[in-house]
Amino acid sequence: MESTTAILSAQALSIGYRTGHHGVKQIHHNLSFALHRGELTCLLGANGSGKSTLLRTLAAAQPPLAGTITLEGRDLSTLSERELSRLIGVVLTDKTQTGGLTVYEMVSLGRQPHTGFFGRLDRHDRQVVDEAIEAAGIAHKADTYMAQLSDGEKQKAMIAKVLAQECPLVILDEPTAFLDAVSRIETMTLLHRIATTQHKAILLSTHDIEQALVLADRLWLLRKGQGLCSGVTEDLILNGDLDTLFDRRDICFDRAHGSYYPSVQWEKEIVVEASDETLLHWTVNALNRNSYGCRIAPDEDTSSLPRLTVSDAHTLTLRTAAGVQPFTTFDALIEGLKKQD
Amino acid sequence: MNKPRHSSRAKRLIGLLIVLLVALCAANLWFGSVQIPASAVWDILCGRESEKEVWRFIVLESRLPQMVAALLSGAALAVAGLLLQTAFNNPLAGPSILGIDTGASLGVALVMLLFGGSLGLTQSTTLTGFTAIIAGAFVGSIIVLGTILFFSTLVKNNIMLLIVGIMVGYVTSSVISLLNYFSTAEGVHSYTIWGMGNFSGVTGEQLPYFALSVGVGLAIAILLIKPLNALLLGDRYAANLGVNIKLTRNLLLIVTGLLTASTTAFCGPISFIGLAVPHIARLLLGTSNHNTLLPVTLLCGAVTTLLCNLICILPGESGILPINAITPVLGAPVIIYVIINQRKIQYFN
Repeated sequence: MESTTAILSAQALSIGYRTGHHGVKQIHHNLSFALHRGELTCLLGANGSGKSTLLRTLAAAQPPLAGTITLEGRDLSTLSERELSRLIGVVLTDKTQTGGLTVYEMVSLGRQPHTGFFGRLDRHDRQVVDEAIEAAGIAHKADTYMAQLSDGEKQKAMIAKVLAQECPLVILDEPTAFLDAVSRIETMTLLHRIATTQHKAILLSTHDIEQALVLADRLWLLRKGQGLCSGVTEDLILNGDLDTLFDRRDICFDRAHGSYYPSVQWEKEIVVEASDETLLHWTVNALNRNSYGCRIAPDEDTSSLPRLTVSDAHTLTLRTAAGVQPFTTFDALIEGLKKQD
Repeated sequence: MNKPRHSSRAKRLIGLLIVLLVALCAANLWFGSVQIPASAVWDILCGRESEKEVWRFIVLESRLPQMVAALLSGAALAVAGLLLQTAFNNPLAGPSILGIDTGASLGVALVMLLFGGSLGLTQSTTLTGFTAIIAGAFVGSIIVLGTILFFSTLVKNNIMLLIVGIMVGYVTSSVISLLNYFSTAEGVHSYTIWGMGNFSGVTGEQLPYFALSVGVGLAIAILLIKPLNALLLGDRYAANLGVNIKLTRNLLLIVTGLLTASTTAFCGPISFIGLAVPHIARLLLGTSNHNTLLPVTLLCGAVTTLLCNLICILPGESGILPINAITPVLGAPVIIYVIINQRKIQYFN
């Protein structure tokens, strides 16, 4: 990766909390990683894996227990509040009291690290605010009160605020939580576009694995007790790193589709034949949900098992010892399977 | 898009408020228990001879200090209320709700009742006694504010914090009751009169001290406009914007304490101004941006107390009404309106 320069790097980092005088609650130790300009990095991990602690430590909101973080070639702990506010911008999940401000005014707050004592905006500041609002795609709402925005629009306004701050590193804590599917996709696409076009390093934590796998330039997998695993999405998936992200036997990762699903506990088996991949996927999905284990193109003799043939979505044929039953919908098929039991 | 849409609205509103302020100042000088013609009042103010020497005395030694005291108290309490509402992220915070003026009262009660009424503000007071009363009020209000700030680190829920504030206020009141019980009749009397709230208690000699402490408080408040706006985003966002949260909070605490304490010491605990006026200002202005909200709140506070004072002196010959009989009548409907309409009011969300 010669084209991208590391903006932030950490060596032998330990994160956690100091409790009382000498007590230390260490969550991770010996973490080493780097963040690059122009890349969208998604931090994935189960609840309690230390995602928020890691983000807070990187944003200098809490000190590391050991190790060093280097930001633009300087030790993070030596930077002043003002310097930090120009280098790292954050978007949090905190509730704000900005309902009585217009989007323009709220985004203008992002200029505070650059403005003087009374926070007056000069011509350049106003231009930066306008561009930030434009880039976040909420220019049509610039004069609307924050209180009148939808959750997705509010998140875009917060992203505009962080753009107005003009920081090379942007850290977002679960920016897509509480958003509907459309806003989730829009927000993630927006962040990816900003990372590329504005050459920023963007780090976000998310539970939205589907979007992360599609849009992240790099993934950080955080597992309790195992530290951080970093790499390009495809390398991690094909190396099997995502299979063990959640340390649970009953959760499996589907490498072909890039999603997690509950592992199937089947009582009965059935042989499935389908004319294409999509039909096969959804047929297996329906059967798994109804406690059938599926055998697809088995080698051994399966003449004793029932056999389902799906030629298209309305032509389903079930062959059992009792005879041949045709179905035209999955609804009818599931009814038929239930009757057999 | 470059200019927020309410900036012209703010200019018009500030102009209107200044006109109202001047009109109310004039009315406060004109009306009173003794009828003095407006032309005579004007002559006296311009330093010319008036028909009766006693009119001169009434206007310059009674009405003028009372008017200035009302103006300063209103501005101080309203701004203190606004700072508290932003600092606590709670639109229902205010000096009287959180028991800060009760704290100031306790300080005053300690000083007054311990000295057995000889320091009553209604009589002419020596400078030391007077400083003691202000110091008492300041220490009392800061102690209550500090207590509430301490609880705010334990209790994250703002409604719970308000309830803590109210409880602290009750405890402080009960200490005042105990002090009253053990005090002399004279002390209790002067404390009770003071406790009803009264702008006429401030004499011409005391006025510069009052003006100075309120002036300092308001000046620091104006210097805090930028971090106040950042605090609308919450502590963590504000810290990310380079705001020193600890310093800002401490300054807010000191300013609120100073403004509330000086007003309470000179004029008694005045309810509802600090709570209601910031809401009136926000509703009129249509923004929570402190760049315009703070000056408008300041002016609205002054206008409101001048209006209240005018209502108090209107009965004329039958005497002056206590100010705390008027402020809730004006303030409570505003708060009820705001609570009922909170879904429709932007700054609540």
